[in-house]
Amino acid sequence: MIATPAAPSRPRAAGYWIAFAVVVALLVIAPLALPPFWQRFVTEILIWGLLAMSSDILIGYTGMVSFGHSAFFGLGMYGAAAALLTVKPPSLVLALLYGLVAAGGAAVFVAYFATRLRDIYFGISTLVFSQIFYVIIFTWTEVTGGENGLTFSQPRLSILGLWSDRFTPTTLHWFVLAVVVVSYLLVRRITQSPFGMVLQSIRENEPRTRAIGYHVERYKIVAVMLSGLFAGLAGVLYAMQNKFAAPDFVFFVVSGEVVIYNVMGGMGTLVGPFAGAAFFLLLREGLSRYLTEYYLIPVGIIFIIMIIFLPQGLLGFLRRRLNA
Amino acid sequence: MDQIIIQTLHGLVNGMVLAMVASGLTLIFGIMDIVNFAHGDLLMLGAFVGASVVGTTGNYWLALIVAAIVIAILGALLQITTLRPLIGRDPLTTILATFGISLVIQKYALWQWGPSVRQISEPVRGDFTLFHLQYPWYRIATAILAALIISGLWLFLKYGKYGIWIRATTQDRVMAQAMGIPVPLVYTGVFALGSAMAAASGVLFGPFAGVTQTMGFDFTVRAFVVVVVGGLGNLGGSILASIFISLLESYAAIVVSPAQAVIVSFVVLVLTMLFRPTGLFVPTPK
Repeated sequence: MIATPAAPSRPRAAGYWIAFAVVVALLVIAPLALPPFWQRFVTEILIWGLLAMSSDILIGYTGMVSFGHSAFFGLGMYGAAAALLTVKPPSLVLALLYGLVAAGGAAVFVAYFATRLRDIYFGISTLVFSQIFYVIIFTWTEVTGGENGLTFSQPRLSILGLWSDRFTPTTLHWFVLAVVVVSYLLVRRITQSPFGMVLQSIRENEPRTRAIGYHVERYKIVAVMLSGLFAGLAGVLYAMQNKFAAPDFVFFVVSGEVVIYNVMGGMGTLVGPFAGAAFFLLLREGLSRYLTEYYLIPVGIIFIIMIIFLPQGLLGFLRRRLNA
Repeated sequence: MDQIIIQTLHGLVNGMVLAMVASGLTLIFGIMDIVNFAHGDLLMLGAFVGASVVGTTGNYWLALIVAAIVIAILGALLQITTLRPLIGRDPLTTILATFGISLVIQKYALWQWGPSVRQISEPVRGDFTLFHLQYPWYRIATAILAALIISGLWLFLKYGKYGIWIRATTQDRVMAQAMGIPVPLVYTGVFALGSAMAAASGVLFGPFAGVTQTMGFDFTVRAFVVVVVGGLGNLGGSILASIFISLLESYAAIVVSPAQAVIVSFVVLVLTMLFRPTGLFVPTPK
């Protein structure tokens, strides 16, 4: 059990918040200082990081590895697509709502079955469920567009009807950043709440948690649902950035990358998955210039080496501080 | 009616190949507690090695043996370099490591052999007429060969000296070590054996649909389904489950497209995990 002191010592907490403010401030000014390519790149890191963080709720805090997060991400995308294609004029709020409902609904459905199983069985069943969603989306061409997916236009950025404007890459970045920061603070609060403590106690010793009297399955279902909601949120953001939804994003490859982000960045830190996503995407960017799609060969080898020699990930050594 | 008979035959043949894939996976899981994500990719790599050997020598049986040996050596090397350092750690880390291996193997195959489909020509020629369909003899030969290889594995585990070592290690690692069995060597050997099974089934399956670098993942998922439905670590159960699921998928393919028929096996898996998590084809645990 990672001992979380009831009252974190003042300098440590202060240091954490100062670092947090600096990072957020850097991300706010990033689109103003960076060329368009890197601006888009940073936005993408934020979105993939949000997806990876949603998975960290399960991997890092509850001790369940999901190999099916692509399903929730993809359903978030298709949910947003449904809202943007059927409702005129396209509405940002409805896109978010539809995406979250689709992903959350799918997560509850998957969780109902998968949480009865432990360890690798949980992983396999999430993988299988995500493949079911993939097959359905891939073959149901009339509704989902099949292999080609769906394309749509971006909604306008509107806040409570008071103000409305077209998205530019910069405002989109700020919007994504705001969503990500709020999500991060929310998930951080949740993992430190009594509910989060129960999740961590399930991770450390499930039979004991059950013996104390907690209804473990119920906690697990809620954890998967929360995780699915944030994954769906990432899906909505990605759909809005790229203006399309495609079955490729429901496929297993995305789930695998999410797990890689977590392992590379450090599980159970919430910030680690962002660092992992940034590290992976930077490696991909740097290597794919020379190796095109074969960049996964060196990245895969780096991944294996990190598992053997750096199981805590890049930010694992900060784990205590980040959870303080 | 004739369609049902054709699909039954189809299901049985596919089931035997799947049983061979699953028995390699079961062997590795049952003994080493490793869920091998790279199993399908080892199969794919074996099929490519086989295709290359057939391409240069024209001898299919030589290809089968060469592929099995090459992949067995590769498996042993992988076990020594990546899995051995992880013994005693969280089982999750071994899954992640094999997942990393699978990524590397897949992209290596793409780099080495390109994205196009490779054909392996059938070693047994000729068809026989089954109602309105010409059914190739090769498929029947494959099913029989797969059955022979699986029985060979079973006999080896039951009566062979090293087979007894392997079973002893499964039952009690510490005791086996105390009796002088070189447990780390057994682990490496088992992983090599499982990899060889994967490669052989890849070469057997090759003539059916051709060899592509993406075929591995599909086999991994199907083998997972079969192994869980049959009861993890239970050889007989996973063979029965392969045939059962392949038959179901074949029948489903009469009604829906083959791509959607896969869902049937997923549904069987989910129902099994809900109502009989120890596996369909094992006696009820007391």
